[in-house]
Amino acid sequence: MSDDKPQDPAPTDADRTQDPSHETQSELERSEARELEIVEVREGSFGVRGTGDTSGFGGLRRPVIMPGASAPPYGGWYDDVAERLAGGEGLTDAIEKVVVDRGEITFFIRRPLLLTTVTHLRNDPGLRFEFCASVSGVHYPEETGRELHVVYELTSMTHNRHIRLEVVAPDDDPHIPSVVPIYPTADWHERETWDMFGVVFDGHPALTRILMPDDWPGHPQRKDYPLGGIPVEFKGGTIPAPDERRSYS
Amino acid sequence: MTIHDDPYAGTTETPEGPVFNVTGQDWDSIDVEGIEGDTLVVNMGPQHPSTHGVLRLILEIDGERVRGARAGIGYLHTGIEKNMEFRTWTQGVTFCTRMDYVAPFSNEAVYVHGVEKLLGITEDIPERAQVLRVLLLELNRISSHLIAIATGGMELGALTVMTCGFRDREEILKVFEAITGLRMNHAYFRPGGVAQDLPDGSIQQLRDTVALLRKRLPEYAALCNANPIFKGRLMEVGHLDLAACLALGVTGPPLRATGYDWDLRKKRPYFGYETYDFDVITRNEPDSYGRFRIRLDEMDQSLRIVEQCIDRLEASEGEPVMVADKKIAWPAQLSVGADGQGNSPEHIKHIMGESMEALIHHFKIVTEGFRVPTGQAWAEIESPKGVIGCHVVSDGGTRPYRAHFRDPSFVNLQAVAAMCEGAMLSDVIVAVASIDPVMGGVDR
Repeated sequence: MSDDKPQDPAPTDADRTQDPSHETQSELERSEARELEIVEVREGSFGVRGTGDTSGFGGLRRPVIMPGASAPPYGGWYDDVAERLAGGEGLTDAIEKVVVDRGEITFFIRRPLLLTTVTHLRNDPGLRFEFCASVSGVHYPEETGRELHVVYELTSMTHNRHIRLEVVAPDDDPHIPSVVPIYPTADWHERETWDMFGVVFDGHPALTRILMPDDWPGHPQRKDYPLGGIPVEFKGGTIPAPDERRSYS
Repeated sequence: MTIHDDPYAGTTETPEGPVFNVTGQDWDSIDVEGIEGDTLVVNMGPQHPSTHGVLRLILEIDGERVRGARAGIGYLHTGIEKNMEFRTWTQGVTFCTRMDYVAPFSNEAVYVHGVEKLLGITEDIPERAQVLRVLLLELNRISSHLIAIATGGMELGALTVMTCGFRDREEILKVFEAITGLRMNHAYFRPGGVAQDLPDGSIQQLRDTVALLRKRLPEYAALCNANPIFKGRLMEVGHLDLAACLALGVTGPPLRATGYDWDLRKKRPYFGYETYDFDVITRNEPDSYGRFRIRLDEMDQSLRIVEQCIDRLEASEGEPVMVADKKIAWPAQLSVGADGQGNSPEHIKHIMGESMEALIHHFKIVTEGFRVPTGQAWAEIESPKGVIGCHVVSDGGTRPYRAHFRDPSFVNLQAVAAMCEGAMLSDVIVAVASIDPVMGGVDR
């Protein structure tokens, strides 16, 4: 039973379940994998590795599929915003894709055009996203070449609308233009994102750590940074870090 | 090794000018010989002023005039967002309620609102649960504003305002304790509803508390509104106009003090706020005094909402407080015994004696939790301090892939430099108190 987890199992009827998210990876790759936004493929259960698997759950393969790109029309004012955004000067190629999910619209913006995009978003009278509610990061270590996502939540108080911008950067080039010249409020948000994810915001006036101490090594909210990174010692016993304990993801 | 490249240089070693450590009463120990320039960089803190938490202000002062002000934060960072990635969706409430500990219900509300958006059950939350949420959010708005006024008063030396504020807040905390079991850090809102229904006698307790607050809240206006010393300290201090508020992302009472009626309860209603009768308070005094008056008036409006909530709760007695979907609903119907503890005997009987499937389900939902479909959502609500937002990302698992909180105190504190530079040192205290930052929320 040593090879009950072959590297590339041929899909059989037994592998298929009613829930399409449980389809095997090889099938998904054949059917337009890019459209499905697979950010990661998980194996096994309980996060356990390298033990004798008697349950069969160790053979589970579960792809993590984020909502994919939407096609226009997006509905309601989304189309108006999308058209005006793409119609901005030099912004024809700014939008990489648009995702409409759960009543929220997300514009994936190409990295070099971010600052032009937010300038247009704030200044255009028909858009007028004058309020930047939040800037934060999300780390997808398995999404090769797009590991770091930075998420901007923009509100137009004038039109009472809310949109999300998402910009991606690879781990080996974690640079994203700063939006502080347009939204001064992003100052601390970007410092926090640098502190927690190691995203370098080019053009930020003073990109320093904000929550962690100045001499802290590493960026704590990245997925490769363990929870409880500082060893806590108890007399006579060892406690595994929380992320090394049994879990259900 | 020079000081410049020694990260462990002592606190009295600096490449720029001499450093003095004084703690008060020992100013004579400063040797002014050989000091060049007129300005002095003073570390105000890191200290724990009243309930705000540990804040460090770095002030460059010229005499008593503040030339530069910077806030140093992070002293209360506890990694709440990171910790939430290692707990189930329901357990996340227990963590995020500890962020802004003066307004814990807002933290819980915005998080469960985000999770419910991800689950797509926003429309399925029972009416009674929504009313309970609104009731507690509004009572919490009053208790948070009381803290803002009380500690703000204390920082001016107005100790009577402080003692009155804490006295009245205690009455609200007693209600919280009766309903949720805890004075703070409740973890009472759950994805899908609330943890449990009102205990017996709470309607009467709520009515008594509202009657008491109706009598006591006007006392603050009578004590402070026209007080010449109070006005002298607050008026024209910490000025921040509409353009500055929007540029710096400042929301809440400071934004409404500029005359702009941005209140998410009206503009982008949630939890059924559109069905309540209340007014958004604005003033055209964008200074500390205007913010103080806004908080006073908002407490009255919150009382109005609380009264409407009590009527609705009376009418909806016995209705469910948790979503009907048993795949999400956490079994938490506690029937409190004489010792203040206990759980539901009917539920125990059912899972232990009657149904093996119910036991399996109970075990699975308590240990594993529920799965949330992949995707991301943004929720925002109006906390007492401004817009609190929550960005939650799910990878389809039983735990948040990422939960980020936009805490209003974090954003509003950025305005300290804009409000304080050029003012007197004593005005810094007033300006910081007027935005009512709570460092637990700032640092998370």
